[in-house]
Amino acid sequence: MKPAPFKYYAPVTVDEALAHLAEHGYEAKPLAGGQSLIPLLNFRLARPSVIVDLNNISELFYIRPDDGGLLIGAMTRQRQVEHDPLVAERAPLVHEVMPQIAYPQIRTRGTFGGSLAHADPSAELVAVNIALNGRFRLRSQAAERWVPADEFFVGLFTTALEPEELLVEVALPPMPPRSGWAFQQITRRHHDFCIAGVAVVVTLNDRGQCEQARMVFLSAGDRPVIAHQAAEMLKGHAPSPELIQAAAEKAARDEIDPGSDIHASAEYRRHLAGVLARRVLTQAFERAKARETGKSGNW
Amino acid sequence: MNNLHTITVTVNDTPYERTVEPRLLLSDFLRHDLGLTGTHVGCEHGVCGACTVLFDGEPVRSCLMFAVQANGHKITTVEALGTPDNLHPLQEAFWESHAVQCGFCTPGFLMSLVPFLEQNPDPTEEEIREAISGNLCRCTGYQHIVDAVKLAAKRK
Repeated sequence: MKPAPFKYYAPVTVDEALAHLAEHGYEAKPLAGGQSLIPLLNFRLARPSVIVDLNNISELFYIRPDDGGLLIGAMTRQRQVEHDPLVAERAPLVHEVMPQIAYPQIRTRGTFGGSLAHADPSAELVAVNIALNGRFRLRSQAAERWVPADEFFVGLFTTALEPEELLVEVALPPMPPRSGWAFQQITRRHHDFCIAGVAVVVTLNDRGQCEQARMVFLSAGDRPVIAHQAAEMLKGHAPSPELIQAAAEKAARDEIDPGSDIHASAEYRRHLAGVLARRVLTQAFERAKARETGKSGNW
Repeated sequence: MNNLHTITVTVNDTPYERTVEPRLLLSDFLRHDLGLTGTHVGCEHGVCGACTVLFDGEPVRSCLMFAVQANGHKITTVEALGTPDNLHPLQEAFWESHAVQCGFCTPGFLMSLVPFLEQNPDPTEEEIREAISGNLCRCTGYQHIVDAVKLAAKRK
């Protein structure tokens, strides 16, 4: 299959790109790395009449320190994020997840922001950015606004982005002290689309009790699912294996809404989600404790 | 509607100027417009890896890029590696290790592995398997391909 015809613009500044989006509205589609959009065009599942290519906009490619956290330009290649020492130091969850995204050749071209704007509920970066309390900077010709990650993803492949808006930057805050993180997923073959997965960031208070647990499931519904009830169960308690098990079961039973397809039944995904939740919580709390007692390196 | 773009692309060190529709995939541009049919087209949605080429030295899926996006850039295809009389060391190793059966996937494997071996001349088996995780072979299985990479690395 080949894409349907479209008009092609290759702006070199964000302003120029926003002018094209303002002019063409719903008819236009921004092209980031193209590793999800171009398959959709090839299959003619998407037929925009205008493509605004962002690959020549140099101001969208960067990774910068920001008050203990990070700012990542939306067009920064996944490959660059994967190998960036500042990301490894300040956002170890991102660093750990990057090599698991698709294949090396896809990450050469795929972008950090493109994966988010595509909003696939099985995408690793979607869940990770919510777990890390990321914030997204959206620009249009008329205005600029910041949207928290957990409000950005509104449904299957659907985000808070208006047709004339562009995701230009992601801000990742510094992780609080005594925090730990973990990510696990199950795929049929290494690097395939995820059948079930979960990202988590936990924070302990100075008495070793759970202060915050932000657990986000992927492939668990038509958008990423934050396990609020499981977090409430953990808050204020020391994370014992029994409590972790109970919280993981709660999340898998009552909070997620996985679907059935050719790859896995909903019931199987639910089972996997429960097992993975227990594993990531255990690992994240261990890392948080290690960091508290100064046992880990960078962390 | 005049919807054509004139592009200049350097492929295997030869500059080409062509006029293309924006929807033309880079893979089809290489094969149909330039006659470089070594780049194979399998799935056209980024899974099989048969169309892998180097874009400014880095491996990419040529089916997931438009030719117009290659304007001003440098592409390297399997044709640049070796000739039947003078194979590239990696091609030589593939041949000797029986890492080729039908050959359809081979250009994609080679173009994924050439930059990999340049960056990592002495890879572990796990690293090799990771490097080829984005390339599908339906004939040989992967063991002989892994063997070929080890052989090529050993000879370097």
